Amino acid sequence: MPVMTYREAIRSAMADEMTRDDSVIVMGEDIGVYGGTHLVTDGLIDKFGPKRVIDTPIAEGGFTGAAIGMAMTGMRPIVEMMTWNFSFQAADQIIQNAAKVRYFSGGQVTVPLVIRGPNGGGVQLSAQHTHSLEGFYGHFPGLKVVSPVTPADAKGMMLASIRDNNPVIFLEAGALYGTKGEVPDGDFVVPFGKARIAREGTDITLIAYGRQVNMLLNVAEKLAGEGISAEVIDLRSIRPFDEETIVTSVRKTHRAVVVQEQWRWFSVASEVAAIIQEQAFDDLDAPVLRVSGAEVPAPYARNLELAAFPNEDQIAAAARRALYLEK
Amino acid sequence: MATTRSRSAKAASKSGANDSAVGGRHKAASQNGLPLDHTTLLDMYRQMVTIRLFEEAAQKAFRTGKIGGYLHLYIGQEALAMGFLHSYQPGDKIITAYRDHAHALILGTHPRAVMAELYGKGTGMVKGKGGSMHLFDVKNGLWGGYGIVGGHIPLGVGFAYAQAYQQSGNMTQLYFGDGSIHNGAFHEAANLAGLWGRDGMNPCLFILENNKYGMGTSVERATAMTDLSAKFDSYGIEHEDVDANDLIAVLECAQRVTKMVRETGKPYGIEAQTYRLSPHGAADFLERYRSKDEVQSHRAHDPINVLEARLLQADATTEAEMEKIRADAKDVADDAVKFAEESPDPDLAELTTDVLAD
Repeated sequence: MPVMTYREAIRSAMADEMTRDDSVIVMGEDIGVYGGTHLVTDGLIDKFGPKRVIDTPIAEGGFTGAAIGMAMTGMRPIVEMMTWNFSFQAADQIIQNAAKVRYFSGGQVTVPLVIRGPNGGGVQLSAQHTHSLEGFYGHFPGLKVVSPVTPADAKGMMLASIRDNNPVIFLEAGALYGTKGEVPDGDFVVPFGKARIAREGTDITLIAYGRQVNMLLNVAEKLAGEGISAEVIDLRSIRPFDEETIVTSVRKTHRAVVVQEQWRWFSVASEVAAIIQEQAFDDLDAPVLRVSGAEVPAPYARNLELAAFPNEDQIAAAARRALYLEK
Repeated sequence: MATTRSRSAKAASKSGANDSAVGGRHKAASQNGLPLDHTTLLDMYRQMVTIRLFEEAAQKAFRTGKIGGYLHLYIGQEALAMGFLHSYQPGDKIITAYRDHAHALILGTHPRAVMAELYGKGTGMVKGKGGSMHLFDVKNGLWGGYGIVGGHIPLGVGFAYAQAYQQSGNMTQLYFGDGSIHNGAFHEAANLAGLWGRDGMNPCLFILENNKYGMGTSVERATAMTDLSAKFDSYGIEHEDVDANDLIAVLECAQRVTKMVRETGKPYGIEAQTYRLSPHGAADFLERYRSKDEVQSHRAHDPINVLEARLLQADATTEAEMEKIRADAKDVADDAVKFAEESPDPDLAELTTDVLAD
């Protein structure tokens, strides 16, 4: 299997679909001539031209709304949010139009739209440029929300996103664009709504998505040295959500820790914990624990930023608490 | 003439349950100092009167609690949509805000389906899921019906880009009120339209429906730059004004500018001067923001009266014929109300459909 970076995997999926289907276009800020702030779209304008790789002014509401209009009328636009932080400027378009127009038109229109870009923090961009928006967007019926962490999933889920007939919020792990991994050749589609068991285990289930999955794998390795067998689940898809894989795992391990970078209140981890207690209450041997970001706007200084997000020590400690090995 | 062809083509494109009792018959005839033959103009008169009586019936139903939510009426503005939509061609896309009943009726949605939607019935044009603000009839060119002031404007620009990209030869008519021109969505979208139009990639006709009030705030109280169409200049979009209470003026303008937009792929702006005779919404009882005298003074320029005078002056009709048209229009409105009242509620199973597409 070829090895690609996370960035290349996303680009390759977009290029493949643009080659296959003329209705697929990409648009966003500095994605063409400049090559993309994170170089995810680098080179696409040379291959597909400026009518399909559209550099937009810095006006997210306008171009996201236009993309929704295109999607309603026969095109399959992929919008780049330079970072998801800027999507608040387009939130009215995404929530009020993209997510709902199919419903309030009585099913007369579809919105096959992908909005993609880096989500989450970890690179010292401070308060306004650091958010984890999976819970926010996951709240709205009519949207699909995915958050792949491996290059293989990035490619497979991008192909699935472009072919989906609904608006897809594609949250990239911005800190991982340069990480490498094997990516299957050819038409490799990863369907939504299916979590990935990243590591099998029997004593405790550790659940995350995005870059926190890699932390869980490190923690699981550390716990193995302590004689604890941790299962690691990568949700991948926030909405639709794979309840079955989570519940099946917890029925086996009887314990769960959910980890996320976003704030705890009204978050994905809260929802996961609720689903577990609703469906596997009698199988639980300990409360489901959540490890989340600090309840502060993201700080700039490196030490403060590190303290604001979950780290491996905190996650390991939570796992030991769930196993009653630590207070 | 081009519009004669387009009108016939549209009539021929209609089918099934959505066939209109408002849009409809047409035959070519001679002119008499008017831009279209008498039969066509009289038919438009019939449509405008039908819209008026339809909306008055809806207002009554609202005030007796049969219609819920919001109900925004087009009373006083009928010539505007009538005139521009006469230049509609199959494949064109029409998008507007929440004052959308007239657009649906003119494009050919059956009045029964429109009224049933206002009543929230399962026989409504969007199955009772949208109500007054979200009328859609994609088959007949109506792509909504949106409730957030300004929020639909970028969508229309996107429609136009897609039309150019698909080399369809079609265009978008994008209607929006004077209240929305102060919203960022207008400015961001108009900027894109101007930019894309430079390459022939935005056949979008921006139709600013200036009815003088954004809800209860007059243009003068909303902006220091009250020449609203000047805002198009900021984005390189050429524009003109039209007296939108005079159907003949609107028709002349619409025929000319839609041809231009189709041919150039460039956006164009219209500031359509009109006046909302009805309250903002049917629940706007007090109208503290304007005097009765002001409203009364505009009644003299009611588009239906203006058209009646024009038609009589050109010997295109008689008082007796107009009376018959009004009576027929009343029947259409009454029939729509009866249909809506007798229609079943939406099936509860519809609650969870149409959220996601397959």
